[in-house]
This record gives sequence, C-alpha cells and structure tokens, in this order.
Amino acid sequence: MAMNKKKGKVSLEKAESRAAWIMMAPAIVVLCVIAVYPILRTFWLSIHEMVLTDPASGYPFVGVKNYIQIFQDKRAIASIIFTLKFTVCTVAFELFIGFGAALIMNNAFKGRGLVRAAILVPWAIPTSVSALMWKFIYNDQYGMFNDILYRLHIIDSYKAWLSTSGGSFMALVVTDVWKTAPFMALLILAGLQMVPDELYESAKIDGANVFQRFFSITLPIVKGTVLVALLFRTLDAFRVFDLVSVMTGGANGTESISLYAYNNLMKFLDFGYGSALAVMIFVVVFIISMIYMHFMGDKLDEM
Amino acid sequence: MNQKNLKVFRKILFYFVTIAFVVVLLLPFIWQFLTSVKPLNEIAAIPAKWIPSKINIQYYFNVFQKHPFGKYLLNSLIVAASTTVLSILIGASAAYALARLRFKGKKIMLMAILSISMFPTIATLSPLYLLLKKAHLLNTYGGLIIPYITFALPMAIWLLTNFFSQLPKGFEEAASIDGCSRAGIFFRIMLPLIKPATFSVGLLVFINAWNEYIYALTFMTNDNMRTVPVGIALFPSNYELPWGDMAAASVVVTVPLILLVLIFQKKIVAGLTTGGIKE
Repeated sequence: MAMNKKKGKVSLEKAESRAAWIMMAPAIVVLCVIAVYPILRTFWLSIHEMVLTDPASGYPFVGVKNYIQIFQDKRAIASIIFTLKFTVCTVAFELFIGFGAALIMNNAFKGRGLVRAAILVPWAIPTSVSALMWKFIYNDQYGMFNDILYRLHIIDSYKAWLSTSGGSFMALVVTDVWKTAPFMALLILAGLQMVPDELYESAKIDGANVFQRFFSITLPIVKGTVLVALLFRTLDAFRVFDLVSVMTGGANGTESISLYAYNNLMKFLDFGYGSALAVMIFVVVFIISMIYMHFMGDKLDEM
Repeated sequence: MNQKNLKVFRKILFYFVTIAFVVVLLLPFIWQFLTSVKPLNEIAAIPAKWIPSKINIQYYFNVFQKHPFGKYLLNSLIVAASTTVLSILIGASAAYALARLRFKGKKIMLMAILSISMFPTIATLSPLYLLLKKAHLLNTYGGLIIPYITFALPMAIWLLTNFFSQLPKGFEEAASIDGCSRAGIFFRIMLPLIKPATFSVGLLVFINAWNEYIYALTFMTNDNMRTVPVGIALFPSNYELPWGDMAAASVVVTVPLILLVLIFQKKIVAGLTTGGIKE
C-alpha cells in the first residue's frame, strides 16, 4: 500500500514535469530560433573575416584577429571610453535625482497622482522623439536652452552646444537623465512604500533625526530595489544607441560603442569586425547581468 | 509659534521643489507644443518668442501631407500590437509552468529567460539581418515582428511569471479535486485570474515595441514601411531643418502616449514594479 502511494506520487511529479515542458515548448523553440541562434551566429561571425562588399574573400576563419583589432583601433577605444563616461555620469545623476523624487512622492500631498503621471510621460515617449526635442532645445539660434540661460544672465552670448565635445556630452547626459530618472524614481518609490510607517514613528519617539532615520531605516529596506533599478539603468546606459544616433550622430567624440558597432555592421558592411564589437558589448552586459543575478538569487529560489 | 513657522516654511519648500521638478519634466513638451503652432518667422525669432502671436496649424497638415506619417503610425500600430499579442499568447503558458509547476531545471530556465531579455540588440542584429534577407522578410511587417519577439517574449514571460506566482497557493489542488484537467485549470481558472495583469504586461510590451529603434532602422529601409520613431528621426534628411514639422509630429506621437499614461497609470506602475521587486 505504502509502495503504491510512493509510486503514485512519483508518476504525478513526472506528469507535472512533462506538462511544464510542454507548456514551455513554444517559447523555448521561438527563443532558440530568434535569440539563441543569432547570438551564436554573432560569435561565429566575429571569428571570421566577412565584409559583405567583398564576397570573393570566401569569408575565411581568422581566429581572434577581429578582437585584437579592437584594441589597436583608436576609434573603438574612444567609443569605449565615451560609453563608460556616459554610463557613470547618467547612472549617478539618475540615482540621485530618482531617489530625491521618490522621497518626495512618498509623502501624501495634493496632486501626487498628477506628479506620478508627469513622471511617466518622459519614460513613455520614444527615445528618438525625446532626442529630437532636446536637439531643438539645444539649437544654437532658436533653442530654448540658450534663451533661458541668456535671460538669466548665465551666458552672455548664444552657444552652439552640440558643436563642441563638452557641450554634446552634457546635452546627451541631460537628455538621458530627463528621460530615465523618472523611471528610477518609480522603482525606488515602490520600494519605499514597503517601509512600514510604525518604524518611523518609533524611531521618532527614540529621538532619531531625519538623517538617522534615512540611513538606519529607509536605506537598508530599499537597498535591494535600488540595486535592481541601478543595474537595469547601467545596462541600458551601456547599450546607448538611439539617443546618440539621433542627437549627435556620434559627432564630437560622442560615438557610443553600440553606434560604432552599428556603423561597422550596417555602414561599412564589415560583419566580422562589427560582430566582434557586438560580442564585446554582449560580454560586458553579461558580466553586469551576472552581478544583477547575484542579487536576484534569493528571488529565483522563491519561485 | 516658531515651530509652526518652521512647519509652514517646510511645506512651502516642499511644494516649491515638487513644482520645480514637474516643470523641468514638462518644459520640453510645452516648448515643443508652442513651436508646433508658431508661424515660421517666430520659430526663428531671436530672442525666442515663447507665446505665438497667432496659431499656425500648417505643420500638422505638413506632417501628414509632406511625409507618410499616417503610414508610419499605421506601421507602428500593426507591428507593436502583433508583437504584444504574440508574446503574451506564447508567454502565458510558459510563465504559468515557471510559476506554478514543479520540475527540474526551473532556475536555469528563469536565468536563461532573464539573460535573453538583457541581450543587447546590436548583438543579434547582423545574424537577424542575414536571416530576414534570406527569407525575403526585410521591409515586411513579419520582418519586424519576429525580431521584436526577442525582447518582448522574455519580458512577457518574466512579468507574467511574477504575477502568476502572486496568486494564492492551492488553487490548482482545489480545482483538480473538482475534476478539472490540467488544461482546464490553465484555460478556465488561471488565465481569467491573470487577465488584469496580462493587461499591465501588454501595455509595457506594447510601449517597448512602439519605441524600438535599432531593428526598425535596420530592417525597414523602405520609407513606406518605417515606424514612427525612425520615421520622425529621418525627417531632417529629406527636407531642410523642418523644425515645425518635427515639433508637430512629436506632438502627434506624444499626445496619445500621455492619454495612455493618464488612463492606465496604475496598471503601468504595477507592471513596472513587479519586475523589479516582489512583495
């Protein structure tokens, strides 16, 4: 009798496991064809010489030649440095502003719903549209940016912001922060709302001031959420393409690594070298994701 | 008295910071809207003339007459809607299995799906291009919907898995005691329960697909097949600095999104936050 019961349980587990794989099968097949295969193919391309305009070459195997080329290519190195600078600057500002905005919205006040809606709008519009909007704002003659700064006597003559390297960099960072700090604020706000009010009340009674309350109550509880938001943003900033492509086209030292890879692939039709750059982006993103997975570890176990 | 003054002061400061924040968020939109209704000479006025002396709606006609903007909108709508429906159809059953069924290799599957959702677009671009070219799918809707599934499906699975696992445990047992088959449980009990969440997930997938740029730029080279984000960005190359047209076009794109956000605010936030945190 006991044996039968055990056997029944085993076959039930088997049936459940089989059902699970059947239910996942369509997704697995689709993802293998359109995501896993292309990634493997990009690896393959990156170790071959494949310039589409030169089919006579026969696309020979070249080993790590394309990868070595990255480190000898001044333009590639400049784009890596730009991308790292951009990532660090935008993520730092987004964290700071996002946290501030989340702390504000965590208070009950009139018009909170409206603020929340206002915050979602920059996030919801296409990046290319926001890039165009800001490009016009920075326009050297008709732009709002010059006009406001001039009226406030911060500058004494109109500047061509997008024609210098420093100006372009600042313009890109501001636009990215404007578009994505709200997203950061929303995620952090969701984390803040998990902090029970009683904790603050009892800390207040114990005489903790606002900073002590922030560092000993708020921060430890929202740390997880903040890290997740931070890593999401880091990945996005590192892959930046649309913004740079539309706003500066990569001029004045603002070519991101994704844009340079794209130019190699679709403009110079150098699929080998372009793929090597793409693989490099993939590897960096993978490393950042692994850190992310590390923090997600407990959550995956829960499921 | 002093205490009270301090409180009032803090309240004023609070509202000041909040209002300044909202103004900075909205100023670019306001500027863009004003530009779209200014007469040409006022767009080019130095110093800038903020409030137009008369309303000029010519640019809104230009957007649809000089550019195939109506077609761009239609293309974006078809591609984003198909992507959303397909990824939720394929994703829901996988998400259910991941959230509610016991099987070996679950953690690996979850990790794999999360990793795929983080693939940089650029890393799959060239093989997909070669593949679509071979299949004669460049400049077709299918040729954009298929690549979009690469980011939409993992996203849908991930978010739906979170929503499924929030449902109370024991539903399935109760249903199977009542004689419901496994398929019956999924279609007749779990799917209806998850319907509101599906809507949240759908909105997020739709917005992401609507806004996508690299694939659309690469796979839709025919002007008539372009989507909105790429179509707008390529305005300047065809005509000399059509700032008015571009402003009008961005207003046309932004207004529906603002309405969408105002109406579905709560749903969007629910979808966004479930991916990042749980309980």
